[in-house]
Amino acid sequence: MKILVAISNVPDTTTKIAFANNDTEFNKAGVQFIINPYDEWYALVRALELKEANLATAVTLFHVGLADSEATIRKGLALGADDAVRINAEAPDAFFVAEQIAKYAKENGYDLILAGKETISFNGSSVGGMVAGILDYPFVSLATKMDVAGTTVTLEQDIDGGSQIVECNLPLVVSCAKGMAEQRIPNMRGIMAARTKPIKVVEAAAGDKLTSIKSYSLSAGRTACKFIDADKAEELIALLHNEAKVI
Amino acid sequence: MSVLIYTEISKGRVKKASLEAVNYGTKIAELLGTSATAIVYNADAAQLEEIGHAGAKKILSVKGNADSISQSVAIEQAAKAESAKVIIFSHDINGKAVAPRVAAKLKAGLVAGAVDYPTINGNGLDVKKNVFSGKATAVYTIHSDVKVISLLPNSFPVTTSANTATVSDFAPDLSGITAKITVKEVKSNAGGGNIPLPEAELVVSAGRGMKGPENWGMVEELAKILGATTACSRPVADMHWRPHHEHVGQTGIAIRPNLYIAIGISGAIQHLAGVNGSKTIVVINTDKEAPFFKSADYGIIGDAFTVLPKLIEAVKKFKANAN
Ligand SMILES: Cc1cc2nc3c(=O)[nH]c(=O)nc-3n(C[C@H](O)[C@H](O)[C@H](O)COP(=O)(O)OP(=O)(O)OC[C@H]3O[C@@H](n4cnc5c(N)ncnc54)[C@H](O)[C@@H]3O)c2cc1C
Ligand SMILES: Nc1ncnc2c1ncn2[C@@H]1O[C@H](COP(=O)(O)O)[C@@H](O)[C@H]1O
Repeated sequence: MKILVAISNVPDTTTKIAFANNDTEFNKAGVQFIINPYDEWYALVRALELKEANLATAVTLFHVGLADSEATIRKGLALGADDAVRINAEAPDAFFVAEQIAKYAKENGYDLILAGKETISFNGSSVGGMVAGILDYPFVSLATKMDVAGTTVTLEQDIDGGSQIVECNLPLVVSCAKGMAEQRIPNMRGIMAARTKPIKVVEAAAGDKLTSIKSYSLSAGRTACKFIDADKAEELIALLHNEAKVI
Repeated sequence: MSVLIYTEISKGRVKKASLEAVNYGTKIAELLGTSATAIVYNADAAQLEEIGHAGAKKILSVKGNADSISQSVAIEQAAKAESAKVIIFSHDINGKAVAPRVAAKLKAGLVAGAVDYPTINGNGLDVKKNVFSGKATAVYTIHSDVKVISLLPNSFPVTTSANTATVSDFAPDLSGITAKITVKEVKSNAGGGNIPLPEAELVVSAGRGMKGPENWGMVEELAKILGATTACSRPVADMHWRPHHEHVGQTGIAIRPNLYIAIGISGAIQHLAGVNGSKTIVVINTDKEAPFFKSADYGIIGDAFTVLPKLIEAVKKFKANAN
């Protein structure tokens, strides 16, 4: 079994967000980029664990993005992925990314495709389900556990009001959430090895442009906090009732 | 032409998020000069009526196994049968499994997590959604002929009317399905209030400031008398003080209730990412420098162990007077 792990390159959570070109573009200047946490901590680490347990033969990173995301890809290689593929294009939306993943996975015989639960940049939770739709594979969303035996995969996933255990046959697409694995820190050996691991750069297959971003704006902050004396709980309740009108 | 809305029944009721979606879809139908059709699995007469009151003119009633793949196929076929130009989902757990699959099958542009009503832009629709975990919003233009929009739960009010829908049975052709997911076991989350966190209008949440799981009695009591659902910060779930489904924030669930009460939570940016869409935020913290106060509407600087009992008393009094 070969595993393809889709990784995206996102601004570090603590980044101050700014826009350029009349608020039509995200301003990358001075921004620290990281592997999307769900892709790294959960999808990639679980893939590596499966390979270490001899349940997978290869773990390949897959990324749609320009050359400036190479540092992010190297980090994934340092964690232990065997190799990486970068589709050389700025991804306009989730469907474009999904089309690239679907095509590559199909042509190169990847039978388990792992994505993160969502990117912390565009918060779509969309790419995994779209890949499955394009390839007509099952899609297990928000998986918190995954085990493989032969071609059968057993997963636990979040559902409304609880969770469920499901079984699927390969090929399969999974979106990975908290619980699936624990974060790892790359070690020196991994970092050295990553320098010589191959990153294959492929031009994008012609894609469909279904959506585009017209403009951005920063979310409005809150007006100043009203402080209430710690002894006057009833005052808070009155404010919540009369002023905020939420109780 | 029509607007198709995916609705769900949960715990014997039409999900609130689904009623929001029906309302929203009805508004878009008006905007486009057409009518709204809802599709629902295994609904009874009262539930069908409720969907009608939320604005749908027609309901496609489906019977049978509602796994995510069958649902996708049903919606795809319904969209074709109804010539749907816009398909509406809720951006909740189930919507995240189904909407992208349907969008990909129909080659329809998807905006996931809309926070405002769309506007017409030529042949396209402009739809606003949150990006960068709530730090910003972006307006997306959907260019494709068929458009899919999923709504961030609790972002739209639900209004009802005397409207009734015509109901027709809809039997999707499932014979072409090859992808299969077999459910082995379903586990339900114990406790945490009856209303699931993403739908809750009132949420009482606590963090590491509570010192240990044995102190959660006060938090639960406050939630209970308010009719609120309980939540927690990430370290609290990681240390198994609370179940992981209560974990809110960037790596947990994102919520936007009317009221979010944060007790002993510092207000780290990753926590705020999941809760800063709340309408009103109350913060209770011993540290007046806690970053959460900068994102709060109301604050109490004080020790949770003395403030909570007083707050519980005050809510009890308030509830007694209100009755
Ligand atoms: C990539 C990433 C993702 C993350 N995702 C999440 C996420 O989804 N959700 C999340 O919550 N965190 C997340 N975190 C962790 C986050 O950065 C914080 O570490 C975490 O939110 C802190 O939890 P806390 O506020 O409960 O604890 P602390 O930061 O320890 O704060 C405890 C607070 O309680 C106050 N306090 C202490 N005693 C009392 C008392 N007696 N009464 C009242 N107040 C008291 C203290 O003043 C302090 O402000 C993430 C971190 C990273 C790096
Ligand atoms: N540009 C990209 N390249 C590769 N994978 C991506 C990219 N964008 C998103 N993904 C994958 O799709 C998942 C969900 O992304 P999204 O639908 O944008 O929330 C991410 O967690 C990644 O696994």
